[in-house]
Amino acid sequence: MATKASRTAARLMMSPAVLLLFGWMIVPLVLTVYFSFLRYNLLTPSGNPFVWFENYYWFVTDPSFTAAMINTLVLVGWVLLITVIGGILFSLLLDLPMFGQGVIRIMMIAPFFVMPTVSALVWKNMFMNPVNGFFGQIAAGLGLPPIDFFGQYPLMSVIIIVSWQWLPFATLILFTAMQSLDQEQLEAAEMDGARPITRFLYIVLPHLARPITIVVLIQTIFLLSVFAEILVTTNGGPGTSTTNLTYLIYVSSLLQFDVGMGSAGGVIAIILANIVAVFLMRMIGKNLSL
Amino acid sequence: MKVMSALLGAAAMVALGMTAANAAEITIATVNNNDMIVMQKLAPQWEKATGNKINWVVLEENVLRQRTTQDISTKGGSFDIMFIGAYETPIWGALGWLAPLDDFAKDEKYDLKDIFQLVRNGLSAKGSLYAVPLYSETSFTYYRTDLFKKAGITVPKEQITYDQFKEMAAKLHDPKNGIFGTCQRGKAGWGENMAFVGTMANAFGARWFDMDWKPQLTSPEWKAAITYYVDLMQKYGPPGPTGNGHNENRALFKDGKCATWVDATSAANDIRNPKNSKVADTTDFFQAPKQVTDKGTGWFWSWALAIPASSKKIDVAKDFLKWATSKEYFQMVGETEGWVAVPSGTRASIHDDPRLLKAAPFAATIKDAIFSVDPANPTRDKVPYTGVQFVAIPEFQGIGNYVGQQVAAALAGQITVDKQPGIRNSRNDQGWLHQVINLPGGRSFGIGRFLRYSC
Amino acid sequence: MARAVSKNAKLRNTAIAGSVGFLMFLPILWVVILSFKTEEDAIRAPLEVLFSSGWTTENFATVQARSDYLKHFSNSVIIAVGSTLLGLLIAIPAAWSMAFVPTKRTKDVLMWMLSTKMMPPVGALVPIYLIFRDTGLLDSRIGLMFILMLINLPIIVWMLFTYFREIPNEILEATRMDGARLWNEIVEVLAPMAIPGIASTLLLNIILAWNEAFWTLNLTAAKAAPLTAFIASYSSPEGLFYAKLSAASVMAIAPILIMGWFSQKQLVRGLTFGAVK
Repeated sequence: MATKASRTAARLMMSPAVLLLFGWMIVPLVLTVYFSFLRYNLLTPSGNPFVWFENYYWFVTDPSFTAAMINTLVLVGWVLLITVIGGILFSLLLDLPMFGQGVIRIMMIAPFFVMPTVSALVWKNMFMNPVNGFFGQIAAGLGLPPIDFFGQYPLMSVIIIVSWQWLPFATLILFTAMQSLDQEQLEAAEMDGARPITRFLYIVLPHLARPITIVVLIQTIFLLSVFAEILVTTNGGPGTSTTNLTYLIYVSSLLQFDVGMGSAGGVIAIILANIVAVFLMRMIGKNLSL
Repeated sequence: MKVMSALLGAAAMVALGMTAANAAEITIATVNNNDMIVMQKLAPQWEKATGNKINWVVLEENVLRQRTTQDISTKGGSFDIMFIGAYETPIWGALGWLAPLDDFAKDEKYDLKDIFQLVRNGLSAKGSLYAVPLYSETSFTYYRTDLFKKAGITVPKEQITYDQFKEMAAKLHDPKNGIFGTCQRGKAGWGENMAFVGTMANAFGARWFDMDWKPQLTSPEWKAAITYYVDLMQKYGPPGPTGNGHNENRALFKDGKCATWVDATSAANDIRNPKNSKVADTTDFFQAPKQVTDKGTGWFWSWALAIPASSKKIDVAKDFLKWATSKEYFQMVGETEGWVAVPSGTRASIHDDPRLLKAAPFAATIKDAIFSVDPANPTRDKVPYTGVQFVAIPEFQGIGNYVGQQVAAALAGQITVDKQPGIRNSRNDQGWLHQVINLPGGRSFGIGRFLRYSC
Repeated sequence: MARAVSKNAKLRNTAIAGSVGFLMFLPILWVVILSFKTEEDAIRAPLEVLFSSGWTTENFATVQARSDYLKHFSNSVIIAVGSTLLGLLIAIPAAWSMAFVPTKRTKDVLMWMLSTKMMPPVGALVPIYLIFRDTGLLDSRIGLMFILMLINLPIIVWMLFTYFREIPNEILEATRMDGARLWNEIVEVLAPMAIPGIASTLLLNIILAWNEAFWTLNLTAAKAAPLTAFIASYSSPEGLFYAKLSAASVMAIAPILIMGWFSQKQLVRGLTFGAVK
């Protein structure tokens, strides 16, 4: 039972967080919107005239834009698929009785703590390099032509790297959820003659529905703005095959020094992100019984 | 006793504080090329002599250009010294973003006139000098004397064509034994793959813009150049070419994996250094190939030290600049790393030094090659710009990077070189030009936007 | 009711799970191995690297001499810990109020906070960069601490919120009815029960801040550069570099891996955001 005093106190206590986040949201937003209406190129500092929606037009009609949108969706989609399915499989595996479960669990979780830049560099050079990398050497040893990962399958290579980083996260959440599964229910089903697949589909999977939505929510938030891995491996290329929306904006603002167009891209990205956010929140909010 | 030690301690702190107040900290942004790494190694001598401290920020070339351009154009002030080149210096100098270095001419010990005039011109704008070079370069062809002998190929004495070059690469290509006919830059970037591709395009008679500043990227000359490039690399190059920039190719060549390599003369001191290179004794050079014209077939570049005008420690920075490009510095490199490792293309006195000529006889070849380049006349047909492997306008970084990405995509087999291109030109009142090149199959790539350049 | 599982079954499970775990861990293990090899050895075939080449520690010395690992390390520590502590300072009151004095709008506020995390950082880069330039915060640890605090604040608030909600309301009501003041309520009752939750939040967010690679790369130059920038300087080769890159990588990720290993339990709680029991 909250008293009036504690309610006022509560509002006061919440205010720093709310104000800061509000400021963090609004200030860059206002500035970005402002810049997006200017022709503002860092290299030609000759006044910044208002051009209203010209930047938006050029940004959206640039062929890289469609490519970036598609790449963003492909990247997020594949990583979610790999991590959720992989996470479920890994959790099932870890749930089996075995020796040294603690050690094995640590090994499976470790990739999450590695810096994204380090992951990307290690995968790109030590593993995927067709001449000196691990895979290339094995292929050469077997007499097969080495795969040029970043030349032939650039987006897939990035997806592999990002999935490797996030698989532990999904595994951990799903595994912890599985541990809270009612063993008696499972055993009863088994004694009733239910096959493993049936037990999985009708008992385990529904129990995992909520954790899966959490995994999807959190990962989507981070995956939409994958940046470091792309910067360090492919710089968005070859062509635009690994450019996602975040990277495209980076290219416009910082590599072409066109702040106006980059800001327009930023505004578009913010709008899109908010649409996705609304969708996800609605989906997740239901499941989280807040 | 306690009071005494406290007082002593305080006195020491004050003394330390006083010396610390005179010591400055400067931040230098540099690319991670070999000669810069050597400078980083030798810099503590300057630090000890002057009591100043250096913070080194070492970045990959593309990232370096982006960060330094961003910093200098926003007057961010993060760097006191930057490594920039013959492209940025005139543009930024003219915009007033760099500190002029004309007072270097008055320093007799420094001897500014000893630095080649051609190089100094490339680093000046409106009559003022804005950067001092660590090294200058043009491009020529590295080749393996042993592999040529084995394949029975005669070393050309005259400038060959790119077609002849391809035939050589075909004869030398031996991937089963780990030898690739040729290694070339494939990594996207206006200063990476486009340096080579742009120079080669010049040889094919192509140009970036015509005299009306209309882009020429869909001309038959460009198409021929890029088709040749993709074909050459895919047939006779190493796997994964789109990941190979200058440094990666240098490593491959030093490791003995490449039979030929058309690239910067400044790598010669590293390739011919037995400490670093497996092929030091089996490498020699000949001129970069031509095709329909011999104009602009070797590029021109200088990596130089410059000071942003927004730096608060210009005097300290100038002191370092003088130290790092002085005769004494080059001699120090000669003595500590070996005379074969001394960077080339900067000072006449160093190039005439017998110690250099003995350890690095190719230095004379390099000097002549550099002097034969004419950045003001880089192409077969007339052009409104200067620059061999770049176009000296501010927008070129963006354009060059973008085209570099597309070329890399073509190399990776992701888009086909245009067959019957359609060009969509659109232009609004203020003269912005947006060009889109349509490729068959419904794909297209845009040149982005660039401002009509008016002199 | 425990079921007896045959030893053979256990061994088989161990073998399968062990292989999978090993494969996931292989990149990290490989990097550690390469960091102890010479450059020439590092690019040889895997079996040769493992069995027919010597071990050396020269790479670590080279890396430290070349790029001053210790400075970057201390920057990472200061920025990661500082931003998280700052975040906790602001988030604890907020989460407390949302957990114990919920209003109709609490859920919306929470969701809104989380949605700020969806804002693509690239869009805000130039405005923030310009603001930092004008306020002199470029290349400063304080500036970076502030930004990282802002981007992690939603997560910190949400995690604390879910932990605080687990604390039974009856205990708090009992304290209130005993006439205890707000302060006592917090310190004597809430805090001890919330410590594990706060610890998990602290640990997870330190890790997130440590690994953050966008703002740290773009807003720092030399003085405040953390380990993410340190690694970036090894991203392109001059000559052979695998061994040096491996050594630099090991030096960059070791602190977090060690910390993660020692605080597994808290991290598991943290990662599941307390929303999964």
